[in-house]
Amino acid sequence: MAVLDGMTALELIWSGDARLFQIVGLSLLVTLSATVLAAGVGMPFGALLALSRFPGRHALIVLVNGAMGLPPVVVGLVVFLLLSRSGPLGELGILFTPQAMIIAQAILIAPIIAALTRQVIEDLWAEYRDELTAMDVTGARRVLALLWDARFSLITTLLAGFGRAAAEVGAVMIVGGNIDGFTRVMTTTIALETSKGNLPLAIGLGLVLIAVILAVNALAWAARGWSERHVG
Amino acid sequence: MRDRSNPLPIEFQDVAYAAGNTPILNAISLAISAGPPTLLLGPNGSGKTTLLKLAMGLLTPVAGRILYASGAEIARRRCAFVFQKPVMLRRSAARNIAFALKAAARVPEAATIERLLQAVGLGSVAERPARRLSGGEQQRLALARALARDPAVLFLDEPTASLDPAATKSVEDIIVRTAAAGVKIVMATHDLGQARRLAGSVVLLANGGIVEQAAATTFFQAPATTMAKQFLAGELIL
Repeated sequence: MAVLDGMTALELIWSGDARLFQIVGLSLLVTLSATVLAAGVGMPFGALLALSRFPGRHALIVLVNGAMGLPPVVVGLVVFLLLSRSGPLGELGILFTPQAMIIAQAILIAPIIAALTRQVIEDLWAEYRDELTAMDVTGARRVLALLWDARFSLITTLLAGFGRAAAEVGAVMIVGGNIDGFTRVMTTTIALETSKGNLPLAIGLGLVLIAVILAVNALAWAARGWSERHVG
Repeated sequence: MRDRSNPLPIEFQDVAYAAGNTPILNAISLAISAGPPTLLLGPNGSGKTTLLKLAMGLLTPVAGRILYASGAEIARRRCAFVFQKPVMLRRSAARNIAFALKAAARVPEAATIERLLQAVGLGSVAERPARRLSGGEQQRLALARALARDPAVLFLDEPTASLDPAATKSVEDIIVRTAAAGVKIVMATHDLGQARRLAGSVVLLANGGIVEQAAATTFFQAPATTMAKQFLAGELIL
């Protein structure tokens, strides 16, 4: 039975099943958008946290590190409450849309990107401190220089965020509503179709999800290897 | 308009520095004036690097004070530093220079970058990743990066410590040319041969204090202290 479902799943993929690939496309759009959004916030924040010294810094680091393990359903619930009609951001009218899913995933992975960026930048700063100080590199230029020189390590940070966002189901289920053809993504579809007993589609999406994550990682790994060979 | 005030002389007045509870330098009084290179000599741990970092403003004394003729703020902009193991930024040699020019509020014009690379003999590797250069090339690139600041004073912390004789010669040639162009060189080394080749004046350090300071000819021909005589004789001074 399982073998038969697996064969049917492969057929769905090879035949370019429109429904399956619409779901894959939306999933990639949501997850990539969330990763970009979270990186835009998390990376500068992590870098500033690595380079700043202020009272309560250590407590903030513990908080950010702890937030790496935020439960997706809790994030989903908070975003739901914020975006629901009676919530403070209800006027935006984006609950049960891909935008809400992007926001939820971005909130989920921003702490991961920020915490890992802080560690990477702090380590690099220990190496660069004297050199950049002697060159009078301060403020935003210092942050940008460190982010740029840490770019290969930061790729891994982005991958961690991307992987977490791509694999989560709770947050997007709550704020997206799993609406067929509109907010249904790979993970929510797998959960739904499995519960309905439609295993071929669930298996097919599972295979594509794993393939996407592996492909993104392989691409990033290759880019990092090439860059290190050519840029040093 | 860039301020071209000269920070020299730099005066150390009873300067002390400690790392936590460990004293590194004690009661250092020293004047660094314009003229030929001043070389800081002494065994490992004598405080040479710390003295250079204090002069550059990378460290703050725990006692005493350091006075610059131009004031400390301007002095920071008119001094440059080359470390024993310089950090190469992850970009090409040319872009390392461009970065240093921008940091010094200078326009990173291609002609300026080319001139600086040529001055240190790296014109042919401008587009090579800086981290892929040899140790000697990296040290020369660090010198070019320091010169991009158009410094009045150049602090060098054992810049040839890990280089072979050929690479050492290239670096020393650049130092001689730079000094001849009017840049004050203040350099730490424990290589006596190098000190004889480059020094105009010498400061001998040991155990965090100044043992002797003199013109190079006086120091090498008629050292005044027993410790200096021992150092010149190749004996260990502890």
